[in-house]
Amino acid sequence: MATSKLTQSQERHILERLSFGVTSSQLEQVKVQGIEAYIQSQLSPQLISESPILDNYLAQFSSIHQEPIELQKKDYLYRKKLRTSQLSTKEQKKIRQKIRNLNVQVRDEAMDAHLTRAIYSNRQLQEVMVDFWFNHFNVYANKGAVRIWLRDYESKIRTHALGNFRDLLGVTAKHPAMLIYLDNKKNTDPNSPGGKANQIGLNENYARELMELHTLGIDGGYSQDDVIALARILTGWGVDHQGKKGDKKGFFFNKNRHDQQDKLFLGHTISANGIQEGEKALDILASHSATAHFISSKLAQYFVADQPPTRLVNQLAEEFITSQGNIRQLMDVLIHSPEFNQPEYYQQKFKTPYQYLVSLVRMAGIEQPNLKRMRGMLTQLSMPIHLCLAPTGYDYTQSAWLNPQAMLQRTSLATAIANGALNRDYGIKQKQLQNNFGSLSPHTKQVIAKSPVKLRAALMMGSPEAMYR
Amino acid sequence: MKRRKLIQTAGLATAGMLLPVGYNSWVAQSANSKSDRQRLIVILLRGGVDGLNIVVPHQDREYYEARPTIAVPYPQEKNGAIDLDGFFGLNPKLKDLMPLWKQKQLAFIHSCGSPVAERSHFQAQDYWENGTPGVNKTRSGWMNRLLAELPEDRLTQALNVGVTTPYILRGKMAIASLKPGINSTAPIPTDRPHVNQAFSRLYSGTDVLSKAYQDGTKAREIILADLSQEMVSASRGAKNAKVFIDDATEVARLMVGNAKTQLAFMEIGGWDTHINQASTLNRLLPGLGQGLATLAKGLEPIFADTVIVVMSEFGRTVKENGNQGTDHGYGNAMWLLGGAIRGGKVYGEWPSLDQSVLYENRDLPVTTDFREILSQTLQKHLAISQDSLSRIFPSYKSSNKIDFFV
Repeated sequence: MATSKLTQSQERHILERLSFGVTSSQLEQVKVQGIEAYIQSQLSPQLISESPILDNYLAQFSSIHQEPIELQKKDYLYRKKLRTSQLSTKEQKKIRQKIRNLNVQVRDEAMDAHLTRAIYSNRQLQEVMVDFWFNHFNVYANKGAVRIWLRDYESKIRTHALGNFRDLLGVTAKHPAMLIYLDNKKNTDPNSPGGKANQIGLNENYARELMELHTLGIDGGYSQDDVIALARILTGWGVDHQGKKGDKKGFFFNKNRHDQQDKLFLGHTISANGIQEGEKALDILASHSATAHFISSKLAQYFVADQPPTRLVNQLAEEFITSQGNIRQLMDVLIHSPEFNQPEYYQQKFKTPYQYLVSLVRMAGIEQPNLKRMRGMLTQLSMPIHLCLAPTGYDYTQSAWLNPQAMLQRTSLATAIANGALNRDYGIKQKQLQNNFGSLSPHTKQVIAKSPVKLRAALMMGSPEAMYR
Repeated sequence: MKRRKLIQTAGLATAGMLLPVGYNSWVAQSANSKSDRQRLIVILLRGGVDGLNIVVPHQDREYYEARPTIAVPYPQEKNGAIDLDGFFGLNPKLKDLMPLWKQKQLAFIHSCGSPVAERSHFQAQDYWENGTPGVNKTRSGWMNRLLAELPEDRLTQALNVGVTTPYILRGKMAIASLKPGINSTAPIPTDRPHVNQAFSRLYSGTDVLSKAYQDGTKAREIILADLSQEMVSASRGAKNAKVFIDDATEVARLMVGNAKTQLAFMEIGGWDTHINQASTLNRLLPGLGQGLATLAKGLEPIFADTVIVVMSEFGRTVKENGNQGTDHGYGNAMWLLGGAIRGGKVYGEWPSLDQSVLYENRDLPVTTDFREILSQTLQKHLAISQDSLSRIFPSYKSSNKIDFFV
């Protein structure tokens, strides 16, 4: 594709879908390199040098540079001390405070790192893919120790966000964040030595969601027997909070809690073989045609339209199978598909609250936005970062997010942000904003022109053009 | 997955409500036809609440065998069930509901569920919300379709507390919203006239965004008028204020007051008790019981014309699992509250917990389709015609085998 053949609106469409909002520097880059070079560079994020602004931010978040198992151990030791030592009320209070401080710092810094990457990363497509995959493999920050593992979980997702689906699936399956969130760390064969000693048994929570939400999809053709078989296969996949066992980084396969019988799973006989049974099951799931279809459909919904075009979904599913789950290749096909480039789909995806808020900051070029405030705004908008309780993750369709209350909130937030809510000292430059928005509809233009100057930025940020991508 | 924190976390916008407001009747103060006066509140407990530990079959001999560590004890024992009818007992953490039971304003129907067995939360919830079990593609929720069938002589506006629109409310009827939890009346920038005027000009069209904006501002006016008069909740501002109790207070106020809200939908998460079930239920049930009692109290002047339905997408396994919890099951109890209910009774055909009758050898079977309860409520309480009903619950034929209305 040569740049000259692409209309401006097409370029803008590509930038809007592959990033969290169009900035002046992106427009400049596309002008110099051409859009195809931009797409190709975004598909190989490891070759893009990272923004110094982002690096500066990340350097400030001290907990994200620590090994999560060290944080986990620290947390564990505090709690152990509380349990086992004879402490005065005052000492207990002190330790509880330390636990709280540790947990809040770790969680909030993970969220702030997430947010600053979305705003500032030069590897925009990679961050968009992180948004997609974290949501696909959702975990909830406030369940147990999940918050300690958030940053690491997200960073492992980032590593494979444009990589191979089987790798991504394997990383999430073994990660303490997921093992805690969907209870698999407790999943135990009741007749195993570990099960008998602790009087614990099977827990099918993760096994079910692994098929329903992570791979095959609800109509993927599995039965309740398959759920139980998969739960049995995954018995013993757990967490060692002290980092002494297993990979010494949190994941620990406890064969004392594992079901040692053969299993029948999705028509395959899985012979008793310890942790390898789980690997085999993940292989089966990752290469299943239902998985190919389900993932393709979700990608097409996220990047193209709420009702994903059937032909595109089928093409992606085929690509998924032939490329053995190569996500980069899938995205390449998607971005160059006729459906993605069809003008009738431009500016038709209603932004989620997260996409909306981050895009305002990027388009207005707000420097040093108040991150805590942004987190608060996202909570108000019902889309707090890393705090979606249900394993489905957030919905990415207009029907989920557009309603009267949302419109009042968005226009109110736009007004507040235009008046400096995120940085009182940063004056929003009308011209820059306009440039990053591209063309506005005649109606929007007219209303803005007829409104008082001090309301113009608010109106632009609260306009229909700002709410769609 | 755990939704358990939801009920207590104000910021998560957990409770959503649909509060259709009749502008005409508000302005004209008219409330003549039967269906204008009647109120319906639907409360969905997301996550699959364990109905067997809510309405406890303490005389079913299998019950205590199946649940050695998590069963609710016999009525005479410590922390035992509160006996209801000699066979069933109520979880003692719901003691706040007992006055309603004694006044015959509370009833349960046990072993209810969807005719299509579904152990996925999301699929099961979808069926309860779209009202078409087995059909995924239904675009609208049954409460939105109900709204469309309400008398045309009034301009009915819908109102939703929360930012997301739950499936049950989705559809062609417009839904306005109210911020859930505390501070729902705190001022926002678009309350300021010059800001509002500018955005009103921007959103003056007939497109979906404009319509949503217009509905939002109109409904906000009406609701502010009802809620700003005085602080409405005793628990407001209290440190452990439970969102549900606050929301219940506001719903009651909007239903009794000038807003003349007729329908409301609320949702509470946190019931997916795969592990340590007892501690989760002990924490969540008192808030639910108090919230329902608050709702009933707030609705006192119109309680005779009110029905509250409490439901959940499925029950949980009869046997406890290996982690002092229960996994996804099937049949469950539905709850009905209100002055028009023939309460003080547990309805429904009890199949027993005998292994031989359990669904797939593990779950309480379903003996009553949830749409039976809802259809009868719509017909007898809201005077919805048979014709309308066929649009709200297409392809469902009411069996009329349970009669729970006075």
